[in-house]
Amino acid sequence: MEKTLLELEPGTQGTIARFIGNPGFVRKLRTIGIREGKTLTVVTRHPLGGPVVIEVDGREVTLGRGMAGRVVVDVAE
Amino acid sequence: MKTVVLMGNPNVGKSGIFSRLTGTRVITSNYAGTTVDVSRGKMHLPDGPAGVIDAPGTYSLTPTNPAEEVAARILGEADIVVNVVDATNLERNLYLTLETLERGVPAVVALNLWDEAGHQGIAIDVAGLEALLGVPVVPTVGLSGEGIRELVGRLGEARPSATIRPMSEEERWATVGRITGEVQTIAHRHHTLADRLAEASIRPISGLFIALAVIAAAFLAVRWIGEGLIAYVFEPLFDLYTPIVMRASDLLGPGILHEILIGRLFEGEIDYVQSMGLLTTGLFVPFAMILPYIVAFYLVLSILEDTGYLPRLATLADTFFHRLGMHGYGIIPVFLGFGCNVPGALATRVLETKKQRFIAATLMSLAIPCMAQIAMVFGVLGPFGLRYVVMVFATLAVVYVAAGLILNRVVPGECPEIFLEIPPYRAPDLRATATKTWMRVRGFIGEAIPYLFLGILLVNLLYSVGFLDLLAAVFAPVMEAWLGLPAGAAVALLVGFLRKDLAVGMLVPLGMSPEQLVIAVTMLTIYFPCVATFVVLLRELGARGMLAAAGVMVTAALLVGGALRMILIGF
Repeated sequence: MEKTLLELEPGTQGTIARFIGNPGFVRKLRTIGIREGKTLTVVTRHPLGGPVVIEVDGREVTLGRGMAGRVVVDVAE
Repeated sequence: MKTVVLMGNPNVGKSGIFSRLTGTRVITSNYAGTTVDVSRGKMHLPDGPAGVIDAPGTYSLTPTNPAEEVAARILGEADIVVNVVDATNLERNLYLTLETLERGVPAVVALNLWDEAGHQGIAIDVAGLEALLGVPVVPTVGLSGEGIRELVGRLGEARPSATIRPMSEEERWATVGRITGEVQTIAHRHHTLADRLAEASIRPISGLFIALAVIAAAFLAVRWIGEGLIAYVFEPLFDLYTPIVMRASDLLGPGILHEILIGRLFEGEIDYVQSMGLLTTGLFVPFAMILPYIVAFYLVLSILEDTGYLPRLATLADTFFHRLGMHGYGIIPVFLGFGCNVPGALATRVLETKKQRFIAATLMSLAIPCMAQIAMVFGVLGPFGLRYVVMVFATLAVVYVAAGLILNRVVPGECPEIFLEIPPYRAPDLRATATKTWMRVRGFIGEAIPYLFLGILLVNLLYSVGFLDLLAAVFAPVMEAWLGLPAGAAVALLVGFLRKDLAVGMLVPLGMSPEQLVIAVTMLTIYFPCVATFVVLLRELGARGMLAAAGVMVTAALLVGGALRMILIGF
């Protein structure tokens, strides 16, 4: 089932499906290692509108909630 | 002379390789027309000396921010590129490698953090990678220097890639995947205790406690290092200097020149804090009172940076700072600002857009008291009780947040969200940390000390010709009517523009109540930065930006002063 990264609870794993945004946004994510087909784990989601931390390929990346809402992830039911 | 350029992603140990290649004679300066700092040094190649440039870390040559733009431009200056690649994260790093090789520039790849890759169970077929990329590939460990000699040796073999041709973005991603698949094998690895501890520092609650502990430790270290430097380095230096100034004082004899250069003598002796001469207080304040703490702040910041803690702190701080229009890195100008607002103002460069830098700089000048101001608050209000000191700091905290919330709404422009990689914790490379601290301190000496010096000269002159008294007479009615302060406080506040510490000495003899002093001291902190910060802000924000910031400061000071008066004194 597809969900945005923002909707995922900490600890959830999923496969990155696609990004919603312009080519510049997509390149920014891909070049830091967040790419379609990669497995992603939500490390933590900071409360009160704080950022989301994910792990891809053993590397952690912090991204703001606006960006997290534009990353679509395929998660098992 | 040939130019060697180091290119690589952020956090791959590029500056460690740079300091190994160049030694200590390094210059860091703004890249022409930008606010991005770039380090340059020299090294020896078999065919003579060569310049080395450490390009800012970038993930691709299609820039998304000013630092990456500079990196792309620097590539154009290269005769040889050393592409520093993180061996623990080959796949992601290869994108930039391919983009670089597609340009047809002679290159060598340094496969850095080679030891860490081994620990993590990652094996890379170096010969295979070399064949696929068509340029020399050398495993290196920047921290220990392993592989550096071989890297230098193979710079002579640097050549345009024989295998990589220009390709489309999609093809490039496919090539990255293919190459990684062919040369890299990863042994499965379980999460270790260290991993779990590292994760605790980024979770909301445990992370907050760790952050508070780290910040407390950082400030303690700053104090300890700063006081140590004063007691064992700078004061002994001034003890050696005293007989020379005394000699000069005798030679000059009384008069206007003595007044400006040496200042007042107290019982025939120089008092470095109060004499106010250019050669006495003018040297002592910047070098023996401010510089030691700047060294300490920059050292601690460099260590926090090089251990990899800073991105974690920025992640935790983001929850707060992004509401004020900045993002997590907004905490750096605040941290440095507590030492001196000048490095704080310079540090606003860590933020990407004009709007963010404006907000960060304005809020810092408004509500972050520097070491001199903190000493002033305690010195003036401490004798009346701690609660008055707390009142000042609480007011400043409220001002920081309130002004930030408002500026975020009204200032036009963009506020990009936080987006950063969290590198693994690493032991800092002492050489690189020391070099970085020294670069920053040297930058501070060049950018701030002349203005601190000029500030003292200016206040001496204005004071002796009676200009300040004139201004004070104009502003006195505002002081009395709006703020409930005696007319004499106006002079103190005006002097405070140039010298906050001197202003204190003028407030104390006015015999004000502690409530009045709280108002005066808060005003003194908020309404304007010192002259050195002012000049740096003018450069960082431009004349229009500085004018807007000054407007915010004066307005905020009057509003806060008036509000405090109503709360503390009544009508």
